[in-house]
Amino acid sequence: MPMTSKFAGTALINHITAIIQRTGHRTIDSIWRLGCASHFILLVLLKSMASFARPRLIIREIYYAGVMSLVIILVSGLFVGLVLGLQGYETLQKFGSESAVGTLVALSLVRELGPVIAGLLFASRAGSAMTAEIGLMKATEQLSAMGMMAVDPIARVVAPKFWAGIFSMPLLAAMFSVMGVFGGYLVTVVVIGVDEGSFWSQMQSAVDFRYDIVNGVIKSCCFGVVITAIAVFEGFDAPPTAVGVSGATTRTVVTSSLAILGLDFVLTAFMFRGVA
Amino acid sequence: MQRTVMDFWVGVFVMIGIGALLILGMKVGNLTSYQSGDSYTLLGNFENIGGLKIRAPVKSAGVVVGRVTNIEFSLETYDAVVTLSISNRYRFPKDTFASILTSGLLGEQYIGLLPGGDEAMLENGERFMKTNPAVVLEEMIGRFLFDKAAGE
Amino acid sequence: MTENTLVKFDNVSFSYGETPILKGVDLTVTRGQVIAIMGGSGSGKTTLLRLIGGEVRPSSGTVHIAGKIVHELNRNALFKLRRKMGMLFQFGALFTDLSVFDNVAFQMREHTNLSEDMIRDLVLIKLHAVGLRGAHHLMPAELSGGMARRVALARSIALDPMLMMFDEPFTGLDPISLSVIGSLIRRLTDALGMTSILVTHDVQESLQIVDYVYFLADGKIVAHGTPDEVRHSDAPFVHQFIHGAVDGPVPFHYQARAYADDLKICGNSLD
Repeated sequence: MPMTSKFAGTALINHITAIIQRTGHRTIDSIWRLGCASHFILLVLLKSMASFARPRLIIREIYYAGVMSLVIILVSGLFVGLVLGLQGYETLQKFGSESAVGTLVALSLVRELGPVIAGLLFASRAGSAMTAEIGLMKATEQLSAMGMMAVDPIARVVAPKFWAGIFSMPLLAAMFSVMGVFGGYLVTVVVIGVDEGSFWSQMQSAVDFRYDIVNGVIKSCCFGVVITAIAVFEGFDAPPTAVGVSGATTRTVVTSSLAILGLDFVLTAFMFRGVA
Repeated sequence: MQRTVMDFWVGVFVMIGIGALLILGMKVGNLTSYQSGDSYTLLGNFENIGGLKIRAPVKSAGVVVGRVTNIEFSLETYDAVVTLSISNRYRFPKDTFASILTSGLLGEQYIGLLPGGDEAMLENGERFMKTNPAVVLEEMIGRFLFDKAAGE
Repeated sequence: MTENTLVKFDNVSFSYGETPILKGVDLTVTRGQVIAIMGGSGSGKTTLLRLIGGEVRPSSGTVHIAGKIVHELNRNALFKLRRKMGMLFQFGALFTDLSVFDNVAFQMREHTNLSEDMIRDLVLIKLHAVGLRGAHHLMPAELSGGMARRVALARSIALDPMLMMFDEPFTGLDPISLSVIGSLIRRLTDALGMTSILVTHDVQESLQIVDYVYFLADGKIVAHGTPDEVRHSDAPFVHQFIHGAVDGPVPFHYQARAYADDLKICGNSLD
């Protein structure tokens, strides 16, 4: 059918209207999901007491979330430290302050890169695995079967994963930072030849335990809560189909990553405002 | 309770995690040299504290002997009252100078103590008799220009 | 409602959102019976099971189990009721991270304080009843479809429930597994003194083992009777279902416009 210009205009208006409708629909949907998620997490918290009586379950989840993430965290930490050391040295050298590279590496890692990158990696590896496992259990009716056998699936399947993630995240972030500092040490002191003594002493005088390290740990705890909450909710809420589960897994990684970065800004602004 | 291989690896994981936190605290941070308790308080009035911040170090002869714990404005004397926490190991004479110095050219500001010759020592809660304010860049430039103009 | 009635549906209606699925269902199940609920795909058969299990609540009407109204029970009472029910899901729904043994032992470990020795014996007894005692060490991924379903059956009868529900137990099985499951359902129901409800559309197998049949179509019970009555029934829907006729009360063609119009034989435009 030949398109007159008037016809084309109507089609364009319809198209734009559709886009606006879809955006509004998606926004309302997101807010609604946020409410569902909060309700769900509240349920998880309420039923957590039952899961604490079964430490075996939590230990299993710590194994799958924490221990299995060890390799990626340690290796990535090492590489990030190596790069930080190299780049830091290269720039500081221009000001004659190479000995401050230890401070640079340590502060960057402990305050920011440790919690954030470890969080992103944790979301991609452990978070997506949690979502997939819960989603798959839902799709194959295992959660319904558990419910029919009078065992609450939230208490038995979801809550242990939730607490395991919160527990593992700060430990992984600390390991990341340590490996990063080691990487920085490797590349600057061992390879390039920056003075070892000033590397450590400048670092130690610049990094304050209460201010930098504790704040970094608090950050990683917050990230742990957010990542695990998102992962667990997406899994439980996933449509019980193959497409549904894969979509939920993707959403976990994307939403967690955005949440980490946004939360990082808020926490940094709050914590590192300046001392006085 | 039956032990499984999983328990072992989880134990290893937790050990490494705690170890990492300890390493961060000891080697990377300054937890070991952190002053806790065992300190006494001294006060100092300064005309201008410049960029001095709480937790800035207090040094004498370049060695850190304490920390700045509080900075306030006094309505009685209309200047800054700085509270210092000095380690119990170090006692200073009553006529010690307290100055606000800058480390390096553009570094952070700290309090430097120059001991006098008095035999009596400063006790907990006492005030420095003599203080030097921070050097404010604008005043220095102004003074420099004024001197130059006066010299011509 | 007599002492012998275990399950009673009283004018039950259920809608999923806007779509009505059940429109006034009346159903009675007597203790000790094996009854079949038959109907086409999407007729709401599985919803009936979910209403019995308390997973969903009816929009109107009541569901009685052993005298109690299911959707009025609080969480604790509902869980207590569920411990006396067993459900076999369509594909078994075995817990994939547990072995066959641990799957069957699941309910025993969660709800009883039995020692591991006792549990071991009970698990092997249940597995023996379904003929899979030798497979107790396998993981669900290593089982065939028929074996998985038998393990799931052993799991659901672990605590000797009073009511067993079967969601499409015959779907997707080879002829041997079909008759194995069929005979297991009948024998276990009689041996354990249970009551069983089968939701299925497999006519051959179920008519051989059940005591009573209900036909569900369009959200209502359209026919019911003993297997013999059903086989010789003249009611059009029952006749079409039992004999597998292609066209009848359940039409072959999905709702569409007149054929000539769609093919534009008369030259009409599409809009």
